[in-house]
Amino acid sequence: MKILVPVKRVIDYNVKVKVKADGSGIDLANVKMSMNPFDEISVEAAIRLKEAGTASEVVLVSIGDKKASETIRAGLAMGADRGILIEADTDGDIEPLVVAKLLVKVVEEETPQLVILGKQAIDNDMNATGQMLAALLGWGQATFASEMEIADGKAVVTREVDGGLQTMTVTLPAIITTDLRLNEPRYASLPNIMKAKKKPMSEKTTADYGVDTSPRLKVIATEEPAGREAGIRVGSVDGLVEKLKEMGLV
Amino acid sequence: MAVLLLAEVSGGTLALDATAKVATAAAQLGEVTALVCGPRAAGEAAGKIAAISKVLVCEDEAVANGLAENVSQLLLDNADGMTHIISSASNAGKNVLPRVAALLDAMVITDVIKIVDAQTFKRPIYAGNAVQTVVSLDAVKVLSVRTAAFEAAGEGGYAAVEVVALTGVSALTAHVEDKLVASGRPELTSAKIVVSGGRGVGSETDFALISALADKLGGAVGASRAAVDSGFAPNDLQVGQTGKVVAPDLYIAVGISGAIQHLAGMKDSKIIVAINKDEEAPIFQVADFGLVADLFEAVPELTEKL
Ligand SMILES: Cc1cc2nc3c(=O)[nH]c(=O)nc-3n(C[C@H](O)[C@H](O)[C@H](O)COP(=O)(O)OP(=O)(O)OC[C@H]3O[C@@H](n4cnc5c(N)ncnc54)[C@H](O)[C@@H]3O)c2cc1C
Ligand SMILES: Nc1ncnc2c1ncn2[C@@H]1O[C@H](COP(=O)(O)O)[C@@H](O)[C@H]1O
Repeated sequence: MKILVPVKRVIDYNVKVKVKADGSGIDLANVKMSMNPFDEISVEAAIRLKEAGTASEVVLVSIGDKKASETIRAGLAMGADRGILIEADTDGDIEPLVVAKLLVKVVEEETPQLVILGKQAIDNDMNATGQMLAALLGWGQATFASEMEIADGKAVVTREVDGGLQTMTVTLPAIITTDLRLNEPRYASLPNIMKAKKKPMSEKTTADYGVDTSPRLKVIATEEPAGREAGIRVGSVDGLVEKLKEMGLV
Repeated sequence: MAVLLLAEVSGGTLALDATAKVATAAAQLGEVTALVCGPRAAGEAAGKIAAISKVLVCEDEAVANGLAENVSQLLLDNADGMTHIISSASNAGKNVLPRVAALLDAMVITDVIKIVDAQTFKRPIYAGNAVQTVVSLDAVKVLSVRTAAFEAAGEGGYAAVEVVALTGVSALTAHVEDKLVASGRPELTSAKIVVSGGRGVGSETDFALISALADKLGGAVGASRAAVDSGFAPNDLQVGQTGKVVAPDLYIAVGISGAIQHLAGMKDSKIIVAINKDEEAPIFQVADFGLVADLFEAVPELTEKL
């Protein structure tokens, strides 16, 4: 069984984001970029299935600028087998609908039994690509997975839902999106980082797939959110109780 | 303009507050038809929300558990003539709406916090560190809204309730079981007061300090990711960028450092109180009232004195 894992290059989760002064977007000049944290969880899940003998190959795909190849290399260093870089012909973010349409083409070429995506990219916070890909392929989906097991042509998935947890099954081929509690991604060892440099990575462009990449959501403004002023320190629990009473909160 | 609203149903009953908040957003777009996946009584409850003009109820088992393949089919079956499809930006809504959008060849608009006009919406990105205004170019707009950003629509409506059937059940997925956490407390995203605990609380046992304070205040309990990952609190209590977004009148953060991912879920609360022993903790930068103290002393004392 082959597993496809789409990985996105995003601003590192530790970076304090700044809106450009002219309101045209986010300042990404010279900021640290990393693999979307949920995608590290997906890569880890796929590698574990390979180590358990359930999967035979783990293929990574990333859509973005040339530097997305670094993100693929990071996943190869964790233990994935090969990568596909799809260079986008647009600047800025590529919408989940476009990503899903490109992934449909990759799925048609690669015929994986399972595609594991992150539940959400921490830059656009869309939480959409996996569900969209499932729709376009006509496959079943199991989103926000915190446990998964593959057996008898099915995935048994425990999902993080609004009121707790839900367990469901989905017939393969299927889409799974990962939540935070699924696993703790490994760090790549130095020898594995070296080995990853020699793993195969094919390079394509969005034009190779004949997918229209124009956005459906036209961004007309990007602003800083309303700020919050720091308040006051209270010296004691009594001081706090007094303030809360003054405000009529308790 | 006609809006199809996917109602929030939990354990067979209508989540009234969440649905009424989505209804407020929906009513800004046009006439609202609510689709309720659940028993007829849940549909009747939705019909009482003033902003809702018509209710469709589907009692089929196959949609009761929120499986996306079936719920999205049901939405599409009932989307004729609709200009907008809307839900809460809950896990239930986020599971289904992108699937519906893709089937309509539309881009979903997630986590809307403001409706500017019928095609223009504001939504936070980068954990709420920026707010984008987007214009949707799609024929049908598919959007999920943050309930924390909208007031609940009033009651007193009397919308007609019509029963609808699911045209076909998908064989792709099957429900096994739900393990829902029952607590007598108010629901996290609609509570007026939320008390959240973080890694500083130290253990599942000591998390009872947080619950005791919440109970004293009649509030809900929340948690940081670190507290959930460490097993102090269940996953459905996680507040933040990738958990729940809350905006209560009073948010008390205990033993939480204030990482941007946590702030993303609570910084629109009216009053924020932080209790932390580290005076440099970033949570103090957003707190209206900060108390530098050991939580094991301060929280029991606070619970007692309130
Ligand atoms: C992809 C991704 C998504 C994430 N999503 C979320 C999310 O949705 N929600 C979320 O919360 N986090 C999220 N995080 C995690 C976030 O980055 C932080 O790691 C997390 O919020 C830290 O939790 P904490 O404040 O409880 O723990 P810590 O940062 O460890 O802080 C613990 C605090 O407790 C204080 N403390 C310790 N002992 C005491 C005591 N006795 N008395 C008083 N104070 C004490 C310490 O001074 C410290 O400030 C996410 C991270 C990633 C990478
Ligand atoms: N440009 C991209 N390249 C590769 N994978 C992506 C890309 N955009 C989104 N994804 C995948 O889709 C998931 C959800 O992203 P989103 O729907 O944008 O929140 C991510 O965690 C990735 O697995």
